[in-house]
Amino acid sequence: MPLDQSFVGRTYPATDPYEVGREKIREFAEAIGDANPAYTDPEAARALGHRDVIAPPTFVFAITYKAAGQVIEDPQLGLDYSRVVHGDQKFAYSRPVCAGDRLTVVSTIESIKSLAGNDVLTIRGDVHDEHGEHVVTAETKLVARAAEEA
Amino acid sequence: MAATIAYADVEVGTELPAQTFPVARETLVRYAGASGDFNPIHWNEKFAKEVGLPDVIAHGMFTMAEAIRVVTDWAGDPAAVVDYGVRFTKPVVVPNDDKGALLEVSAKVAAKLDDEARTVRVDLVVRCADQKVLGMSRAVVKLA
Repeated sequence: MPLDQSFVGRTYPATDPYEVGREKIREFAEAIGDANPAYTDPEAARALGHRDVIAPPTFVFAITYKAAGQVIEDPQLGLDYSRVVHGDQKFAYSRPVCAGDRLTVVSTIESIKSLAGNDVLTIRGDVHDEHGEHVVTAETKLVARAAEEA
Repeated sequence: MAATIAYADVEVGTELPAQTFPVARETLVRYAGASGDFNPIHWNEKFAKEVGLPDVIAHGMFTMAEAIRVVTDWAGDPAAVVDYGVRFTKPVVVPNDDKGALLEVSAKVAAKLDDEARTVRVDLVVRCADQKVLGMSRAVVKLA
C-alpha cells in the first residue's frame, strides 16, 4: 500500500544534543583518507577563521540519519525499511560543523511520492547548535522499492 | 570562510584538479565504524549476494564524501562548500582482491551564480569501472 500523503509536513520532536568531538571528526577524516589539516589541527582551522577543527561536509549525515530513524521507524507511517535504498542526498550549510558544537536535529517529512510503484520519501533534517543558530539542513531521499507480487 | 581561489579568477568551464580514490574492503570497514553505518551489504559478501547485489558495495555516503574532496582541496577551506547534493545512480562494487575499486572524480565550474556572494556552481563527474556512479552531483562554492 502506498504511503499516506497526509504525513507530508509532519515534524518530529528535536533530538537530544549531539556533542561534536575533535577525535570523532579525526576518525571520520581518516576513514575517508582526507588529510586536510582543518579537520585535525585546531591551529590550522583557526587560521581559516574557525573556532576549532571543522568536520568534512558529509560528516553530519551520521547525525541527521539517526534522527531520521524517528520517521523511518514510525509505525504509523509504515515504511518497509527492508526495501529502502538511498536515492538522493543534499546538504545546505549556514556554516561548517565544528568541534564543540551541541547539535539538535528536527526531522520533517518533506514529500511523499509514488513513482512506478515505488514510494519516494524525502526527509528534511534541520540542524541547529546550542544557541539555536542554523548550521545545516540535510535532505535525504529514500526509495522503497515496490513489493513483489506474492 | 577563507577560500583561496578568487571568484574573479574562475570562469564557466574552469576545471578543478581531478583526483582518484582507491576503495578496498578495509576502507569500507573503516568507514562503517567512523560513520556508524553497519549495513552488511558494505562488508558481508554473502549477505550482499543474497539481496541481489553482484558483491559488496561501497556506502553511497562514502562515495559522496570522496567526491567533494576535489572541491574542498581546490577551494582551500572546506567551509567554502555551502551546498552539496548527489543522486546515487549506480553501486560502487568493491571486490575482495588487492585492487578493490577506483573512484575517478572530475569537476568543473558550471555557472557563476552570484557576483556579490561570489558563489559558483561546480558540477562533479564520479566514475567507477567506466560507469557514472553519481548523478546530479553539484556543489555551490563560495570563493574569495
